[in-house]
Amino acid sequence: MGLVLDRVRRDVGALTHIHETTLRLPPGTMTVLLGATLAGKTSLMRLMAGLDRPTSGRILVEENGRERDVTGLPVRERSVAMVYQQFINYPNLSVFENIASPLRVKGLPKAEIDGKVRAMARLMQLESFLDRMPLNLSGGQQQRTAMARALIKGADLVLLDEPLANLDYKLREELREELPRIVRMSNATVVYATTEPQEALLLGSHTATLWQGRVTQYGPSAEVYRRPQDLITARIFSDPPLNLLPVTKTGAEILLPDGSKAPATGALTGLADGDYQLGFRAHQLGLRAPAGTSLHFDGKVVVSEIAGSESFVHVECSGGRWVALASGVYRLEPGTPIAVHIEPTTVFVFDSAGKLAHAPAFLSAA
Amino acid sequence: MTTESLSTSATRSAAEATPKARSAFRFNGGSLTLGLYLFFLVLPIYWLVVMSLKTNAEINSGMTLWPREITFDNYRTIFTDPSWYSGYINSLTYVVMNTVISITLALPAAYAFSRYRFLGDKHLFFWLLSNRMAPPAIFALPFFNLYSAIGLFDTPLAVALAHCLFNVPLAVWILEGFMSGVPREIDETAYLDGYSFPRFFVRIFTPIIANGIGVTAFFCFMFSWVELLLARTLTTVNAKPIAATMTRTVSAAGMDWGLLAAAGVLTLIPGALVIWFVRNYIAKGFALGRV
Repeated sequence: MGLVLDRVRRDVGALTHIHETTLRLPPGTMTVLLGATLAGKTSLMRLMAGLDRPTSGRILVEENGRERDVTGLPVRERSVAMVYQQFINYPNLSVFENIASPLRVKGLPKAEIDGKVRAMARLMQLESFLDRMPLNLSGGQQQRTAMARALIKGADLVLLDEPLANLDYKLREELREELPRIVRMSNATVVYATTEPQEALLLGSHTATLWQGRVTQYGPSAEVYRRPQDLITARIFSDPPLNLLPVTKTGAEILLPDGSKAPATGALTGLADGDYQLGFRAHQLGLRAPAGTSLHFDGKVVVSEIAGSESFVHVECSGGRWVALASGVYRLEPGTPIAVHIEPTTVFVFDSAGKLAHAPAFLSAA
Repeated sequence: MTTESLSTSATRSAAEATPKARSAFRFNGGSLTLGLYLFFLVLPIYWLVVMSLKTNAEINSGMTLWPREITFDNYRTIFTDPSWYSGYINSLTYVVMNTVISITLALPAAYAFSRYRFLGDKHLFFWLLSNRMAPPAIFALPFFNLYSAIGLFDTPLAVALAHCLFNVPLAVWILEGFMSGVPREIDETAYLDGYSFPRFFVRIFTPIIANGIGVTAFFCFMFSWVELLLARTLTTVNAKPIAATMTRTVSAAGMDWGLLAAAGVLTLIPGALVIWFVRNYIAKGFALGRV
């Protein structure tokens, strides 16, 4: 079942939570809603689920090429399941009864319920907890119970609202690996909300970036990552934050923030004169000078974070405050002078309105 | 260095304190205060119980800490004389009726206050509680007049309904507190699972807030049980509550102290029983479910 949001908008009081949005989610795909907290991920999901009614616009369900308007249809008459960020289970029912609940409501025969629940419990590794009460389980087990309940009814649309956010690291990794497999088996259209760009790349076949109640871009995840349409999308889809360098292009030269000039090479050659923002992710900012032409800046280390075999070096320089990703362990004291290098061929260029003016032709994945 | 010495001294003092605390009960300021408090708390109850076991002659003859001869005549009278035991039956009847009515009405109301925003909801919610603050005496006259007119006067239902005046608001407040402690997402999950609202309310929601319902029932029970003014005003003979019976025991022979004390003891029992059942949740109830 595909889902279509047709010019959907949601106002709460004087505030607009979701600006007019049109989205078409093809059947059987997984879509990641990527955005910061309060970007409107949950609001949008609640509209998709039918828990909230759009102020204007329609929500359609696409089945066998035919569209059906489901705006205003009560949730229980829709084929929707949802998992919340908080672990939501019925505290008065055992894990077994929690998972069985949607089937009981449907009135399935006992033996069938029993078989299905046990199969789902096996998939979610909950078999030994079926008789326990949800509140006596760990967070990960509680969330797996909630997911089992959401998946067991075989809903056409499964909404996962930051389901892994409140879990500890190890479990998150584990569930994140399992999720795509489980989702593929369920054959449902899945929407997954997250604040982490990493998750979007790992999980989603498609990504929709959200910012202040607007979908800024929707498309295959890798494409949104490699060709963000505008500065906002690029910033949402960058972790650590996107590094920015404002420049002014005049003829064959560019004016840098510190007043110095540099030749307009690489991405900047074909562009008209004017103000631009260069955007580059942490891995596009080097600590060693590259072979070709490069822009280089002298600055000072603010802090260096070591992430296993890589280091994130935060640098303060005339261009701004940037983060560089360096392979290897760099133990740099704050205040250490350091030079950073940008390869002009590998940067995003955004015009003064924030639209993408140039994207690098090839990008190795982060 | 400092932390180290602190932690060692803490460990040492803890090691010293443990065997002492175990060894014997020591008298100090705290236990003395507590002892005195308990003494004064229990004293009237003790006096009541002892009095109920004495004869009137002994009660009138002077102060004795323990009955010279224990008599159960007072209790026997209460359990055999219909004018006495019907008082208990009447009281229990309207109290139970009131508790059931209050909870039944308050459940949906509390759910609405807890889950929905509507015009004036906060004002209405507060106004409910302000009803609880009005002295019942104000309502005695209108109730008397109204019930006489419609033929409800001197029935348990009359008292039960009159007590709803303060018990329904109280029940709504307590239940709303407990309900707001249940995340709204539980409701939504149930709808997503396919539950209809009535089914969800009965099968999922009510069991979750069972403690809250128990505590609310206790408060309704207690307030209705101890209320005297409305209960006495709205009844004469047929539905006369025990408290009213107790105030009318002055006979030609004077006050029947022993009998009155026995009636008092029996009046304490239902409350004590109910408290026992909800003892673990009662503090939350006093905080109107908001702990």
